[in-house]
Amino acid sequence: MPSDSSPPSRRGLIAFAWLWVGTPLAYGLYELVRKATQLFTG
Amino acid sequence: MSSPPVAPPGWSRWLVPPAALSVHLSIGQAYAWSVFKPPLESALGLDGTQSALPFQVAIVMLGLSAAFGGTLVERNGPRWAMTVALVCFSSGFLISALGARTEQYWLIVLGYGFVGGIGLGIGYISPVSTLIKWFPDRPGMATGIAIMGFGGGALIASPWSAQMLESFGSDNEGIALAFLVHGLSYAAFMTLGVLLVRVPRTERPVESGPSAVDGVQVSARQAVRTPQFWCLWVVLCMNVTAGIGILEKAAPMITDFFADSSTPVSASAAAGFVALLSAANMAGRIGWSSTSDRVGRKNIYRVYLGVGALMYLLIALFGDTSKPLFVLCALVILSFYGGGFATIPAYLKDLFGTYQVGAIHGRLLTAWSTAGVLGPLIVNWIADRQESAGKHGASLYGLSFGIMIGLLVIGFVAGELVRPVHPRHHVPAPREAADAQRQQPA
Repeated sequence: MPSDSSPPSRRGLIAFAWLWVGTPLAYGLYELVRKATQLFTG
Repeated sequence: MSSPPVAPPGWSRWLVPPAALSVHLSIGQAYAWSVFKPPLESALGLDGTQSALPFQVAIVMLGLSAAFGGTLVERNGPRWAMTVALVCFSSGFLISALGARTEQYWLIVLGYGFVGGIGLGIGYISPVSTLIKWFPDRPGMATGIAIMGFGGGALIASPWSAQMLESFGSDNEGIALAFLVHGLSYAAFMTLGVLLVRVPRTERPVESGPSAVDGVQVSARQAVRTPQFWCLWVVLCMNVTAGIGILEKAAPMITDFFADSSTPVSASAAAGFVALLSAANMAGRIGWSSTSDRVGRKNIYRVYLGVGALMYLLIALFGDTSKPLFVLCALVILSFYGGGFATIPAYLKDLFGTYQVGAIHGRLLTAWSTAGVLGPLIVNWIADRQESAGKHGASLYGLSFGIMIGLLVIGFVAGELVRPVHPRHHVPAPREAADAQRQQPA
């Protein structure tokens, strides 16, 4: 069990921060893949 | 002037890359400016050259503010720099919104180009030095993540801005509303970076100078006086010019190469090719830069420049005979283009230390501005000349590719000339400086 003086866990903050930047990036990548597939189907 | 925000005990270094990404994913929007060009042209009666002006001014301001603002960024820390980037980049959009609403185009040039461009330059270098200090074991990977974000920014902004213009309309009021939403959204998105960024606890005040344990340390002022800086300048300039050689004319190039084949490339397939190049550019930023942590910076630039030249040679000789070969070579070249951008901060850290690496990086980015002018100029001018000489298809690009190979070879030679920095350029640690002062005759 962590003592009172141990630094707080930042796992929640890390997850939030990566989701914050990861979500729009995932949207951009999705749009990119959609467009890129046209090279093989277009 | 503010002091850099120091991380409290237990602060995770994995909070710093998303802080950097929130800034780079935003300012990377610059590469999606072309989405606004056709609506601006029809709404404000502009021609193609005029509608490109805000982007061109922004790129010039990026280079200038990164070169001249680097020392301020080092002195005031990443939070100050990210705040400046947020304020400038977002206000640039807000001023542009006013310009579009009142049909005053000069306000868009001033807002997006001048004010927003300062945000681009300061934002681009804002997290570099901090990331290197948090990840001394993997500086290539750390800066690769951030600089990958700059490539990713256009991937997000391009479809997002297009959808917005579709909803709001492409007249001046619709464009103004789109600019307004962009300004406010990017301000909110970048706030995460401002709030999260911290310098490591071991960081000493910049004014105290480097310590002996930091190893080789060179100030930004001194770095530009070393041959190493200018060799890397040439390396970056040549590598970027070669990448732009493909990027600038990717869609017409693949169409021309296979125009006479049994399977010509359609417009939508060419658009798919451009998208695939963007993916390679982004993947190269994180992939090759991380690889440089293992194989060494000099070796990875040998690959970018040497194998890059070989790829250009393959396209020039056999590109029109095989579509997969053409696509593969172009993807490799673009991955090297991205890798070259992302690996340079770590290379600067290796040569000049962490003391003022952000400021040195800022000064080196003038190579990017130069390549941004050189690359399109070479490719467009030669293609136009070849076309008027009656050439067509792949032969339109033969001379351009030859020049690109030559430029890459020059870059390769410049890379080979890089040696460790001479000790006379090093910043003495405080104790060494005091000893030296004592030894000096009165």
